Amino acid sequence: MTDKQKARIRHNIAVTAAWIVALVMFFPIFWMVLTSFKTEQQAIAIPPLLVFEPTFENYATINAQTNISKFAMNSIVTSIGGTLLAMLIAIPAAYAMAFRPTRWTKDVLLWMLSTKMMPAVGVLMPIYLLCQWLGILDTRISLIVIFSLMNLPIIMMILFNYFRDIPVEILEASRMDGTTTFNEITQIVMPLAWGGIASTALLSIVLMWNEAFWSINLTSNNAGTLVALVAGYSNPQGLFWAKVSAVSTLACAPIVLLGWLTQKQLVQGLTFGAVK
Amino acid sequence: MAGLTLENVTKRYGELQVIHGVDLIIEQGEFCVFVGPSGCGKSTLLRMIAGLEDISGGSIAIGGRIVNEVAPAKRGVAMVFQTYALYPHMTVYNNMAFGLRQAKMPKTEIDTRVRAAAEVLHITDYLERTPRALSGGQRQRVAIGRAIVREPEVFLFDEPLSNLDAALRVQTRLEIARLHERLGATMVYVTHDQVEAMTLADKIVVLRDGRIEQVGSPMELYERPRNTFVAQFIGSPKMNFFGAGQLDPSAPEDLRGGGPDRIIGIRAEHLREVAEGEGILSARLELVEQLGEYALAHMIGDDGHEFIAKLEQPPRIPKGARMTFTARPDLIHRFDRASGLRID
Repeated sequence: MTDKQKARIRHNIAVTAAWIVALVMFFPIFWMVLTSFKTEQQAIAIPPLLVFEPTFENYATINAQTNISKFAMNSIVTSIGGTLLAMLIAIPAAYAMAFRPTRWTKDVLLWMLSTKMMPAVGVLMPIYLLCQWLGILDTRISLIVIFSLMNLPIIMMILFNYFRDIPVEILEASRMDGTTTFNEITQIVMPLAWGGIASTALLSIVLMWNEAFWSINLTSNNAGTLVALVAGYSNPQGLFWAKVSAVSTLACAPIVLLGWLTQKQLVQGLTFGAVK
Repeated sequence: MAGLTLENVTKRYGELQVIHGVDLIIEQGEFCVFVGPSGCGKSTLLRMIAGLEDISGGSIAIGGRIVNEVAPAKRGVAMVFQTYALYPHMTVYNNMAFGLRQAKMPKTEIDTRVRAAAEVLHITDYLERTPRALSGGQRQRVAIGRAIVREPEVFLFDEPLSNLDAALRVQTRLEIARLHERLGATMVYVTHDQVEAMTLADKIVVLRDGRIEQVGSPMELYERPRNTFVAQFIGSPKMNFFGAGQLDPSAPEDLRGGGPDRIIGIRAEHLREVAEGEGILSARLELVEQLGEYALAHMIGDDGHEFIAKLEQPPRIPKGARMTFTARPDLIHRFDRASGLRID
């Protein structure tokens, strides 16, 4: 066998393996969407049904039982609002760390990231009590604040890496031109890192949309997000697989669609500005 | 009035001192070039004048006003960066107008200044382009234009030509010289290229390890270098050095220039070929570099000591053959071996 043939075989094995992994990862999503079009009986049938007559009954039921648009609106407002708030804090912070570093900057970054390693449930009690004391339990504002604070370390880390790609001479030139710090951020740094900021914001929206722990624990009917609604359908009265699948599909669809449309930017954000 | 005065200026990064008490006066309208090998502190010094680096000690005055604590934009200086540092997301026009807008200048005044500067630099046709769509030379001119529109008292150039190719470098060098003629502003220019220093400067400041080695006009530095470092740094090819024993014993005493504690310096262009027995040094021809207009003969002495002679005609002798040279007594430099200082 020649080297070329060997290389081709290796390549084919790698491609096959990648396809298998991709299909395994995609299968639950596929099954969820499929199940959402089954009746409850079909959903629990053994052996599982692949061919059946699709029904929209589950979607109709959900629409009748709950005010789905309200939950959707909560998801939109909290994920976008949380992202805006996080950006408002993270952009100046990342600017300071990237362009006015001190010898503690690296430690501060590490410390912030380390807070992500703490299990969220560890602070559930104090945060719950705090929200209760402030009277913001089951409000969008509580979710916006908590979502942004929870994701701040990761957002700052990504922005910091993007900002560091900006040649420092450009900022020095702007300083020679007499910019204020505010103008330096808004007129130089932000336009130059616009791609990075946009992809970070998208990633942040995805993370916040999918955030389950805090929305389930801090909200109910008023400010509940789509993710919380999904959890509501798997309740002690019984598990209705087809309906859970339908509501899950509804919760996932917008964000999967957004992710699919912006996948190029998202990948850029996820690689932390390492590739430009 | 002095354009720029540096008094005992020092710079420290923690324990590390990179600028050691620099004193310097640059007159109004003077073209001053900081030159030295990399790491000598020339860029740091320039950045301290610009206000981009803090001053650890001493004082810097621009137009008689001490600016140690003054923000860069308020010092009356403008800087041209090595990498141009243009704002990539703005058009050429906006690049030049940016600083004026920050100063809240009226729009009509900004427009007048930008268009006038563009005219001078021949970039009027590119005003609506972004830097991406410009060549290196055009970008450099925009960077200079951005400095001109601010009408600073002092222009600062940080190796502005080092990113250009050789032909463009010569052309831009000439343009900078013309610009200085035309504006009459004080200019401080950093380079490691002694040709740029010689051709542009009214005053050259040679730096080494954060200290000034010599300040003077290009010809002063060329003709009377204060020490062996300056002697070798200014002039191309480098000045040849000889120990006393490396000159022919037959050479007259005054040409041989004294005992073993001396270094004799003779520039390549001051060596003249003469018949054997009439010169002050002889050596074997090792290699000839042809440059058309002249030739550089690389010579190697009997003790392995190398030197270069600049000849109008390439030598018509085979490699390894002997040549004898002499030099006019007033073109021979003498230095103290221990301190490296010039002896007159």
